[in-house]
Amino acid sequence: MKKTSLNFALTLLLGLFLSFFLPWWSGMLAALIVGAIVRLRKAAAFVVPFSAIALLWLVNAYWLSSANDFILAEKITVLLQIENNLFLLFLVTGLIGGLSAGFAGLLGNQINQLFFTKTE
Amino acid sequence: MIMLWKFSLLMKWLKFFSALLATVGIFYALNSKFGQIPPLGKFLSPHQGFWQNDVSEDLLIQDVQLPGLGSKVEISFDEHLIPHVYATTNEDLYRAQGYLTAQARLWQMEFQTYAAAGRLSEVVGSSALNYDREQRRKGMLWAAENTMAFMMQDEEIATYVKAYTAGVNAYINSLTMGQYPVEYKLLDYAPEEWTPLKTALLLMYMTDMLAGGDNDLEFSNLVNEMGKTQFDFLFPDFFDAIDPVIPKERDWSSWEVEVPEVPEGAYPVDPKTGFMTKPHPDNGSNNWAVGPEKSVSGNPILANDPHLGLNLPSIWYVMHLETPEKNTFGATLPGALGVISGFNEFISWGVTNATRDVKDWYQIQFDDDKSHYWHDDQWKPTTLRIEEIKVKVEETFYDSIYFTHHGPVSYDESFKGNGGHSTGYAMQWIGHEANNNQRTFIELNAAQNYDDYVAALSHYTAPAQNFVFSSTEGDVALWIQGKFPNKWEGQGKFYLDGSNPEHDWQGFIPQEHNAHVKNPERGFVSSANQHPVDEQYPYYVFNDGYDMTRSRVINDFFRSKEQFDIEDFKALHNNNYNLLAAELVPVFLRELNTDGLSAEALDVLELVKNWDFNNDMDVEGATIFQLWWPKVRNAIYDEIEAMESHVRYPFTYRTYELLRDYPDHELMDIQETEKIETATDLINAAFLDTVEEVVELRSQGRSLAWVDFKSTYVGHLLQGLPAFSRFNIPIGGNGGIVNATSKNHGPSWRMIVEMSDPPRAYGVYPGGQSGNPGSKYFDDLIDIWAKGDYLSLDLTRRSDESPAHIKQTLSPQQ
Repeated sequence: MKKTSLNFALTLLLGLFLSFFLPWWSGMLAALIVGAIVRLRKAAAFVVPFSAIALLWLVNAYWLSSANDFILAEKITVLLQIENNLFLLFLVTGLIGGLSAGFAGLLGNQINQLFFTKTE
Repeated sequence: MIMLWKFSLLMKWLKFFSALLATVGIFYALNSKFGQIPPLGKFLSPHQGFWQNDVSEDLLIQDVQLPGLGSKVEISFDEHLIPHVYATTNEDLYRAQGYLTAQARLWQMEFQTYAAAGRLSEVVGSSALNYDREQRRKGMLWAAENTMAFMMQDEEIATYVKAYTAGVNAYINSLTMGQYPVEYKLLDYAPEEWTPLKTALLLMYMTDMLAGGDNDLEFSNLVNEMGKTQFDFLFPDFFDAIDPVIPKERDWSSWEVEVPEVPEGAYPVDPKTGFMTKPHPDNGSNNWAVGPEKSVSGNPILANDPHLGLNLPSIWYVMHLETPEKNTFGATLPGALGVISGFNEFISWGVTNATRDVKDWYQIQFDDDKSHYWHDDQWKPTTLRIEEIKVKVEETFYDSIYFTHHGPVSYDESFKGNGGHSTGYAMQWIGHEANNNQRTFIELNAAQNYDDYVAALSHYTAPAQNFVFSSTEGDVALWIQGKFPNKWEGQGKFYLDGSNPEHDWQGFIPQEHNAHVKNPERGFVSSANQHPVDEQYPYYVFNDGYDMTRSRVINDFFRSKEQFDIEDFKALHNNNYNLLAAELVPVFLRELNTDGLSAEALDVLELVKNWDFNNDMDVEGATIFQLWWPKVRNAIYDEIEAMESHVRYPFTYRTYELLRDYPDHELMDIQETEKIETATDLINAAFLDTVEEVVELRSQGRSLAWVDFKSTYVGHLLQGLPAFSRFNIPIGGNGGIVNATSKNHGPSWRMIVEMSDPPRAYGVYPGGQSGNPGSKYFDDLIDIWAKGDYLSLDLTRRSDESPAHIKQTLSPQQ
């Protein structure tokens, strides 16, 4: 449980930090690095980085868009043909961020197992 | 044990590779553009994607250092984000203009130059390849290169253009990927460096839009199909009812004029099919000015409204540009320097398109390997230019274009040619002339009187414009300015023989003989794309599709009373009087047989009868007319429609004359039927069809109110992307009406200036100052424009005294 929280917090913080310098895949990189350091078991290896980056993307997107009355977000729902469904737009944004980080987290976890974990 | 250990290691590697594959796979999937879908990872990421663009300028604009500035430039943005710019020198001013324009409209200004240069395939892929080839084969890029080289020989202009370029680039270089305009993210590309060539390309874009049309090949085909007599009857050079730009009273007899003689010999006659896209036929404008005697206040008043496609971001960007030497306000074109339609403390000016036949086609005879063409009884060398058209994710396309002394051979066997290997069609176009049109606008911005205005115009070649002028000195004037070939009678109305030197352009109308008028007796000047002059003008002019309605409504308005004020001008901008309907409907009603009409038909008829011919928003009569009239026209021209070669219908006013004066003309017959029809039959049949259509529309619950039927929209530049467009705009008017707002075309900038001291001015356009669809300033002027209201354009506003909505300082680099 401790490891779960640690992975979550580190992924979130590192993701935020890297996003100032790196493109959209900064969340993937954060999940990968943290996954390689803080090992998680089974589904958690995917779910934890997924949640961390999904949350980061969601909060960041909401913070940007709400300050502007969601003017562009509304238009993007038309563009993506999910007419005026802002909730769905945020959901998709979180999902995309989360999915990318989830797989990268899995990869980090495998790297950890392969190179840093001693076989029992 | 060992076996087990090995097995578990194998499993680990397997898991590792699956995870690696999944990660790489998802990275690739989210980083790539699939068809129209933007790369979702990039696009939805809050720190790189569109979320970064969900912001208005209030939070964005900040003070910056702008390398190359001599001293500080202060900018105060008003509540609609119009920048009031105060610079110390011209060079600083244009550097700031470049920076500020890019800050507001970067994607648009670059996209338009891509469109001009025939580079859209680079951005949108092979779907634009045909368009790009057209642009190249028109010689757009070639001519822009020539113009750029010519313009940069003018040291003063070169200095300003370089400063503007550096200003744009300073903005581009300041951007992170997250700050790119959202359209770049949608299409997944990045801005490239601005160059002086792009300024030349932007000016070419306007030239193509405004002077890129012609009917030569259609007219030739029509003569082939119906004979010269019938053609001349359907396409007269002048109408009796014309009210030309230069008043008929103008006397030209004092000029010494030489016009080339009509050569002997025949025109080429092979029918031509397959054409390039033409500019929108409604591209045009209104402008007018009243002199001191006709003005209530005694100050001249001037107005302008250019009619163009209604787009977002708008073609115009409004700026107030001030230095200690000049104080100019008005509409700028993102990509070009200075104000294009505007005013300063001394003068005001505006532009309407001065359509003339400045594009001619020559049939070219090549030798076997196209290295030579036949001209003046000898083989002359062609020049081959290979155009490289990059195509997104596909192979680069190379287009071979042969040039003759006329210009590029646009049509040949590789592109919409139909004469086989050895025949081509070369385009000679005034747009190809290297020019320094940029200087005209720079000089107009600082002009102080009539003489300055005339001097500024002398550099101007194309697209020819009716430059309306007024000054605080009390002058009003109008010059029809452009470089016009001095043609023999009939030259260029049909396509020409490229081998006959007598078919070549023989020279140009001298600058001082360009038609103009200063302080005419009638007390006002005006233009609305009508005939520039009447038959008395000593140079050859023929009907190139001139306006016959707006011009007469405007001139009648100014003849209707003694004096006018700004409110009258506003009312005229918003005038919805449909003169075509006012002239045609009585003819329709004269011919309509009302016996035995159904109750529904009588009801529809009442709507037309009770209509006052104003295309106001709520009237249904305007809709009925709009349904009825094209049916009559199409029935008349069924013979032309059936022709195999590419042709066109006669102009609208001629069609009206036919119905009014020649109801038994042979064209009235419908070929398919045994009976010989007359205008009466066509008008009655079209009416019954209209009634049927109205019943159908009503049964679908559709509103017949003109505003709903017309449903004006302002479409995003990127193929009218609905997400970034505005629909169902509440405004009346239509093409051919002074308020020329049709479905997606209309007054793209409305300006009124009274030449008091200081001038009082108003302006508005259907868009917004911001080019960002996420900004509240993206389309905030549309509603004001639709209502017929204006913004006040205050020339006396100073950076230090007025309350600025947003302030910005551009400082020299420390």
